[in-house]
Amino acid sequence: MSDLKHLPLESLHEEAGARFGAFAGWRMPLTYPAGVMKEHLHTRQEAGLFDISHMQLFAMEGKDAAAFLSRACPLDAAALQPGTSKYTILLNENAGIIDDLIVTRLGPDRFMVVANAGNAAKDEAHFRAIAGDFDVAIEALDRVLLALQGPEAESVLVGAGLDLTDLTFMTAAEPRENWFAARSGYTGEDGFEIALPPEEARNFAEKLLADDRVMWIGLAARDSLRLEAGLCLHGQDLDEDTDPVSAAILWAIPKKLREAGDFVGADALRRIIAEGPRHVRVGLKPEGRQPIRAGAKLLNEKGEIVGQVTSGGFGPSAGYPIAMGYVAPAYRESGTMLEAQVRENRLPVAIYALPFTPHRYRKG
Amino acid sequence: MSKTYFTSDHEWLRVEDGTATVGITDYAQEQLGDLVFVELPEVGKALKKGDTAVVVESVKAASDVYAPVDGEVTEVNQALSSEPALVNSSAMGDGWLWKMKLADESELEGLMDEAAYKASIA
Repeated sequence: MSDLKHLPLESLHEEAGARFGAFAGWRMPLTYPAGVMKEHLHTRQEAGLFDISHMQLFAMEGKDAAAFLSRACPLDAAALQPGTSKYTILLNENAGIIDDLIVTRLGPDRFMVVANAGNAAKDEAHFRAIAGDFDVAIEALDRVLLALQGPEAESVLVGAGLDLTDLTFMTAAEPRENWFAARSGYTGEDGFEIALPPEEARNFAEKLLADDRVMWIGLAARDSLRLEAGLCLHGQDLDEDTDPVSAAILWAIPKKLREAGDFVGADALRRIIAEGPRHVRVGLKPEGRQPIRAGAKLLNEKGEIVGQVTSGGFGPSAGYPIAMGYVAPAYRESGTMLEAQVRENRLPVAIYALPFTPHRYRKG
Repeated sequence: MSKTYFTSDHEWLRVEDGTATVGITDYAQEQLGDLVFVELPEVGKALKKGDTAVVVESVKAASDVYAPVDGEVTEVNQALSSEPALVNSSAMGDGWLWKMKLADESELEGLMDEAAYKASIA
């Protein structure tokens, strides 16, 4: 445990009474004294503040930056308007998902990429291996990354002197030198993700926390919020053995790229699209009150294993247990009933169209 | 006159007339966080010390609660089916989990009293 990385704002979390745990090599706040239930509900009702500095920002700059990103990801980076963000993925040659990313175009030759903590080193090596053929400089940035999520987020930021009201969902700006702010998040709510230099972060976080509408939110509620919103967690719902067709994130890949793109993994992806996936990601709604956790097997009426849960827990806003997982394509339709093996019991579970709580993004 | 015992697994037993009421301690409920489901045993089930008697589920994870001694389940706390959060709000009271008839009261001798338990978590 001693080699865990520490958040620059760790002392601020300690002062707030956080309970810490290890996640992706970092010592992270899991919950605060309010507890996961209140933290979750508060985020949907007012504004939740998350320290997600474990995530890695990469600045990519150079005359080939767009071409490079369109090679590394199934993304039409050249068509991305400055100030707009896209959800995309990094694929290996088998079209397995190395990581999922948010790519933002900042200027003609400049992009910002936000990667998951646990994959950052692997992503960087992968990027650099591809970058050799392109005129692009890749820099891993040292930033604090704060997410402010919930219906009051915009107004809280204005009160703290950061007016981002011009941004709409999946657009971004650089409001100050070495700051990066995007209207995006991982909760299904309207909200912002703001990267800033570590030396300016404590002051900014304290400004936000001075607003009564703001509460620190730990990783436990971050997980229940994203699961209610039907969003994937890489390492759990996505991994290098899963392709975008099975993962039901083909929407993130433009149609013309699926057909003719030459990104890494394109040939394998086209083969999978032609043959169809072996299994597909679906939402799962347990019928009773008992949560069904990651790893639980899903069985059909004959008792045959036809799938597995990859994320599962309780949805505080939904008010019932929620889960997602993978099933054989024959069982993918909403309303299909399966059983989940939980210890010695088999619990009825319905295939459910995600999300469990409606998204409330501020679209343009 | 009842007597209360504690285990190193953060359970408590309140023993009266050969029957123990069992629950988890306030410290344990705080560590687990908000409970959303409690899987209770069948009345009549024979438990051996160390068997999983109950599974308590928080938003994030499921945790086993072990039988602290041998005995037979005589009653379970049905109120937890509709209100599992009673364990959080009243771990030592209304949030009790099950009652069991003790097979061998001498097993209680290895358990802690409240002062020893408090010292163990301090």
